[in-house]
Amino acid sequence: MAGNSISRSVNTSPFYSRQLRGFAIKALVTLFAFMLLIVYLLPFGNMVLISLRSSDMLALTQDSSVLPLIPITYTYEDKEYPIVEVPTDDGVQQWALVKKGRQASQFIDPANPDAGLIDWDGNWRLLSEVQEFSPYFENYPTAWEAANFPRMFGNTLVIAVVGMIGTLLSCISVAYAFARFPIPGKNILFIILIGTIILPSQVTLIPTYAFFASIGWVGTWLPLIVPHFFANAYNVFLLRQYFMTLPRELDEAAMIDGAGPFRILTSVIIPQSWAAIIAVGIFHFVFAWNDFFGPLIYLLGKPELQPISVGVQIFNFQYSPHPELVQATSLMAMVLPLVIFFLAQKVFMRGIVITGVEK
Amino acid sequence: MNSQSASAGVAAAQNAPRAWSIEKRQRFWGWVFLSPWIVGFTLFTAFPIAASLLFSFMDFKIGEEMHFIGLKNWQTLVTDPITLQSLGVTIKFGLIALPVSILFPLALAAMLNSKHVVGKPILRVLFYMPYMVPAISGIFIWQSFLNGQTGWLNRLLRLIGFVDPPNWLFDSAWIHSAMVLIGLWGVGNAMLTMLASMQGVPTELYEAADVDGAGPFTKFRKITFPMISPVILYNLVLTTIGLMQYFVVPFVLSSTTRSNPDTNFINLHLYRTAFQFFDMGYAAALAWFLFAIGLLLTIGIFATSRRWVYYSGGDL
Repeated sequence: MAGNSISRSVNTSPFYSRQLRGFAIKALVTLFAFMLLIVYLLPFGNMVLISLRSSDMLALTQDSSVLPLIPITYTYEDKEYPIVEVPTDDGVQQWALVKKGRQASQFIDPANPDAGLIDWDGNWRLLSEVQEFSPYFENYPTAWEAANFPRMFGNTLVIAVVGMIGTLLSCISVAYAFARFPIPGKNILFIILIGTIILPSQVTLIPTYAFFASIGWVGTWLPLIVPHFFANAYNVFLLRQYFMTLPRELDEAAMIDGAGPFRILTSVIIPQSWAAIIAVGIFHFVFAWNDFFGPLIYLLGKPELQPISVGVQIFNFQYSPHPELVQATSLMAMVLPLVIFFLAQKVFMRGIVITGVEK
Repeated sequence: MNSQSASAGVAAAQNAPRAWSIEKRQRFWGWVFLSPWIVGFTLFTAFPIAASLLFSFMDFKIGEEMHFIGLKNWQTLVTDPITLQSLGVTIKFGLIALPVSILFPLALAAMLNSKHVVGKPILRVLFYMPYMVPAISGIFIWQSFLNGQTGWLNRLLRLIGFVDPPNWLFDSAWIHSAMVLIGLWGVGNAMLTMLASMQGVPTELYEAADVDGAGPFTKFRKITFPMISPVILYNLVLTTIGLMQYFVVPFVLSSTTRSNPDTNFINLHLYRTAFQFFDMGYAAALAWFLFAIGLLLTIGIFATSRRWVYYSGGDL
């Protein structure tokens, strides 16, 4: 028995120490990763806490508190007095400062107002005010109304959803063509399509704008929607890659059953591709939500048509002396894309990987 | 619109192609399904690129008759001090921004690929998340975070002993660094593609390196980096093109803080030329100039890629 336990301890102690070291490294690296994450996300904290300050809180200065704090007051004989921390022989007391003095001040104890004024020797300026955490949520409804969020949301939704329908119809169709049909020169066409990814959009900007201006579309949503009915490289690429992985046997079986190419698309290809289709839909939605340059040039001077991106910029420019409202609008403008992302993050991130890695 | 043309196609196909061979019919349908892109490419890409070049030789203002002025816009372009200054700003910023835009996501991806990290799925989602924040929200969030007085960054810097941290957005010496910091929230895609590529590296390679006694840095340099180099190349090209188009951040910063020569990026200069001064001809010349620079840089990157990008397929 004894020999057995000795040999066991001899055998296992290096194992345990190795395991322990592995555990320590894991803990350290993981700790570092989460610390880095916190630093990376720190601007969110800054935003939230600024958005919860009321405009009549102390002006933002270097020394003002990070948290939205307001001084606590105590009403005594119909007048409000600040509560301060007073060092006394019985420890620090929280008393209302009634009479300020450099040599001596008078206080009232809110817990025992009937005791009357308490005299205290010392300079009141050295005492610190008692403050309480007091988030001011009113900024959100205020900014919501002042920036006319319902209208901005409505505009953005129309532009995003109609454009999304266009993207889906056209990209599914084009990807289907690239994935399944013997088109002469298909490879060259596909390279041209992919080449448009690295084409800077400015090079088509001026004539496109002039064209939309000449047919009277500037000042409407049409330039932000209609071009999406003509497919774009990223989404076609994503869908084509996906369609290529689907077995052709099912297509062929459907064809033998007399299904035409259109029928095969709607009842064989699309039902197998929901993951990729949802990814493309979300990509477009997020793109449209984010698009700034398009609305900036095509909806100039039409505030009632502006989507959220330009609308928030205009509002925040006008309200720049009110950082609390600026931060509140910034938060409200990002909620929906983030919610969609969290709900669909698996599908979404898989789509990014397909377009980014497999090229 | 699209489905209408497709159903019109259905009707046409019912009559005509019956007599065609299967091959011919398939080809016909291929063109039908491809047509949205063919039309879109012609209408919104090929034709405008050509028109843009043409406009660069014109005096063209919206609503006015355009007329040919030869190389005048191009002469202005090479002598205009604002254009040259904006090109300088873009290059100067790019020299800091490009390396960061590759190295930071690369480091994050390496960290998230490490076998020592616990909680990878949640870390991956949360490190990616800022990429989903709309640019406009992100810029205002960072503007507040970088506030010289009250922003958390400077509060933090003062806390750890920097007595006089920079006033990021209002100091010529720091504004580009501040914009690089803002850009850190835009690395999600690069991080994710690099990570996915790292996860695709065959584990046998690392096992073989372990047998040879290679350390983690050697393994990264000799195995991970070459294996993911195509993705790095792809991201480098996209970021370079993105730099040429850098717009929203300098636009918002210069409209909410002040007009500042340091935020006069070339694409912002193009926007002002076209939509504030309405000089469309000159803006078209600027656009083509930008296009040419982007193309040259892309070609340059691809030319160097032979030395550092490894294609496991063996071609190229």
